[in-house]
Amino acid sequence: MGMTITEKILAAHSGRDSVVPGEIVNAKLDLIVCHDVTTPPAVAMLKKLGINKVHDPKKILVTPDHFVPNKDIKSAELSKQLREWRIEQGIERYYEIGNHGICHAIAPEQGHVLPGQTIVCGDSHTTTMGALGTFSSGVGSTDLAAALATGELWFKVPESMLFELNGDLPFGVYSKDIILYVISKIGVDGARYRAMEYRGSGLKSLTMEARFTITNMAIEAGGKSGIMPADSIAEDYVKARTSESYTIYNSDEDANYSERFTINLNELEPIVALPDLPSNGRFIGEIKREKMDQVYIGSCTNGRIEDLRIAAQIFKGNKVADGTRAIVVPATTEVWKTAMKEGLLEIFADAGCVVSTATCGACLGGHMGVLGAEEKCLSTTNRNFVGRMGSPKSKVYLASPATAAATAITGTITDPREFLKKTAAAAA
Amino acid sequence: MPELPTNLKGFAHVYDRAHINTDEIIPARYLNVHEEAELAKYAMEDIDVDFVKRVKPGDFVIAGDNFGCGSSREHAIWALRGAGIKVIVAKSYSRIFFRNAINNGFLAIEADFCDNVKNGDEVELDLTAGKFRNLSSGKEASFVPVSDFARELIEDGGLLPHIQKKAAKAA
Ligand code: SF4
Repeated sequence: MGMTITEKILAAHSGRDSVVPGEIVNAKLDLIVCHDVTTPPAVAMLKKLGINKVHDPKKILVTPDHFVPNKDIKSAELSKQLREWRIEQGIERYYEIGNHGICHAIAPEQGHVLPGQTIVCGDSHTTTMGALGTFSSGVGSTDLAAALATGELWFKVPESMLFELNGDLPFGVYSKDIILYVISKIGVDGARYRAMEYRGSGLKSLTMEARFTITNMAIEAGGKSGIMPADSIAEDYVKARTSESYTIYNSDEDANYSERFTINLNELEPIVALPDLPSNGRFIGEIKREKMDQVYIGSCTNGRIEDLRIAAQIFKGNKVADGTRAIVVPATTEVWKTAMKEGLLEIFADAGCVVSTATCGACLGGHMGVLGAEEKCLSTTNRNFVGRMGSPKSKVYLASPATAAATAITGTITDPREFLKKTAAAAA
Repeated sequence: MPELPTNLKGFAHVYDRAHINTDEIIPARYLNVHEEAELAKYAMEDIDVDFVKRVKPGDFVIAGDNFGCGSSREHAIWALRGAGIKVIVAKSYSRIFFRNAINNGFLAIEADFCDNVKNGDEVELDLTAGKFRNLSSGKEASFVPVSDFARELIEDGGLLPHIQKKAAKAA
């Protein structure tokens, strides 16, 4: 019986020739990513047990991202603990405010993620990095502490689900629409405990940035990981950032999948996930043009440069509607700088958007755009659970950056193709 | 080695709904601390503001499918444990929440019991007999047995003591 990419990576990292789903293995970790919310408790646990040295500082990457720049005194203490700890442990891969970014975006962007690796982070969206052909999964603080102390971690080998993407995305439809579609089909627990593997001709038409959006939201279907085979697009992305060597794993022809789905990209349209579940996705033509108090463009899902380019294309020459606020949050400092050089920040500012430094910010209801009771927000983030972005009485709608920008301009949920057609016509 | 308790009794807090997520169990606005006693004050705030007033040490949370979905925050376990919850009985769990529970040596039992219990009922988890009972109504159900691996972690007091034990053995 052949193996999937996920099984091959886990076998190779636990000194085995083969593994099967359900087995528990102890896998060596190649990268451990740390941020300001879940790392300080892990460090405190280790100190309490008298474990004063991490296993290998070279395998650790640290960036404060959730409540930065510090939103209050308590979060300032968390960042401070993180900073002091990384100095004490001699961790060199550290991104201080000014060079920082949301962990799942900055780790691949800065060349720390390589195909074939095993990666954990104390954060559920660690699945993002699987787009480069890595096994990458989110864990809690105890797991993180164990990983930091020993350089390895126990995993139950997951079953894999296969999503075959065929065709090309139509005009005005993006990778966010693909993943919202997938989740609407299988539900928020449709991939529970399983690896979501993607392949197919449709994948070839997606850039790395677009692919990260898809693996990012594996957890919204309950997945343990999202993974894509590392092809030439992935290799080009990696080689532009690092000269380190890596191993590419591909699933065998006779690998076993617990379920298979085929998605024809040509049939997709812009999707909006209605409150309060990421699985409430509907084609935009089927829903009411609800009025939005706020539009939020950012996060580890959709805060990369391509996302901002698409949004800027729609914002250019337009204004944010009266009665609506628009907040743009680049995912990393590098994205912010590129957006500045390309003139995107100016387009956003002229349209009346607020542009923030990189942060998780209001994605998790932290700061920089928290919602009040009864407020509605259309957001490019990944979760619209009750209270996710603020008051438990607020409502969050999930969509692509294009849909978000179009919605900010009209103030009501709007099909981005209305605007994109105009820009295309003007350019012709 | 501390054995798993064989028998636990407490009062039920029932949330008969699927997909209760970690934002409801402990909202992100309280994640700027990680002390259990502090987090406990806000446990379940966004789904049930009175939970912390009602909960007593040793109580049970009973819920539906996919309990604890969403973020990886272990703060969700700490908040519930800090508030006094001893056992969670849900139809199923999100992967990370379940893992966090085992790693903390915390009992997260898989059983479909919402229909057989109401708020305030006295319930009993009998690990030897593999039964979960509603003492107020007399109804009982079986649950998915705790796996050997999880049992080992729970008996060792969680993942970190377990690792230390293994390291000491190897030395
Ligand atoms: S941007 Fe949002 S989803 Fe991504 S890591 Fe930050 S809080 Fe989590």
